[in-house]
Amino acid sequence: MSRDLRNPLQRARGLGSAKEGVGHWWNQRLTAIALVVLVLWFVVLVLGLVGHDYQAVRASIARPWNALLMIAFIIAAFWHAVLGLQVVIEDYVHTRWLEVTSMVVIKLLAVAGVLAGVLAVLRIALGS
Amino acid sequence: MAQTTRPLSPHLQIYKWQSQMVTSILHRATGIALAVGSLLILWGLVALSMGPDAWATFHAVAASPLGLVLLFAWTWALWFHFINGIRHLYQDAGAGYAISTFIKASWFSIIGSLVLTLATWAYVFMGGAA
Repeated sequence: MSRDLRNPLQRARGLGSAKEGVGHWWNQRLTAIALVVLVLWFVVLVLGLVGHDYQAVRASIARPWNALLMIAFIIAAFWHAVLGLQVVIEDYVHTRWLEVTSMVVIKLLAVAGVLAGVLAVLRIALGS
Repeated sequence: MAQTTRPLSPHLQIYKWQSQMVTSILHRATGIALAVGSLLILWGLVALSMGPDAWATFHAVAASPLGLVLLFAWTWALWFHFINGIRHLYQDAGAGYAISTFIKASWFSIIGSLVLTLATWAYVFMGGAA
């Protein structure tokens, strides 16, 4: 006799009361783990660039590894931010239309932010 | 909503303030601050891609007194969310829930974030700016 009180079908679907399973939770943790490394890299990079002029800063971001990691950092950071802000909105915004609107706005803003950031890094790296 | 006579469960103002409560609230607050602050990083990158004039504007704002205060606050938010986030990952793995460990770890987040923030800015003003 299993201690799990759920209906077998419910267990097979694995979606729980959130209706979408544990995907959100896992993505929040995976992006967190990625950001532990990326934030350390980012801080070291920025501290190394303090006091340098425009050409030096641009040349540094243009180096392949830095460009690659910067794109990874932008994607991971905005993804992590959206997941976190979503939870805050779900917890504190109790007016349904406002909740949905805020959610749509932060997601669109994050996508726009990622696109702008990635394009900027590509322009810097490819020199156009 | 109209039934105001119903008893309410105790909320924030009832409880004694404790370090683990403060770190939990700060984790959310710094998370929101970092989300807003990431727009500053974005501005820097876009300015860098646009050319020396756009970069000069960004640099002037970032190096202004208000810019430096924001950057300092942002650095602390980053380090706090960083250390406390690692603490949360550790706790997500099911570890560190003994009460004394839990309290010690939350103090570690607070003190550690302050130390790292001061160290970061000490580097900026002493080594990096030269």
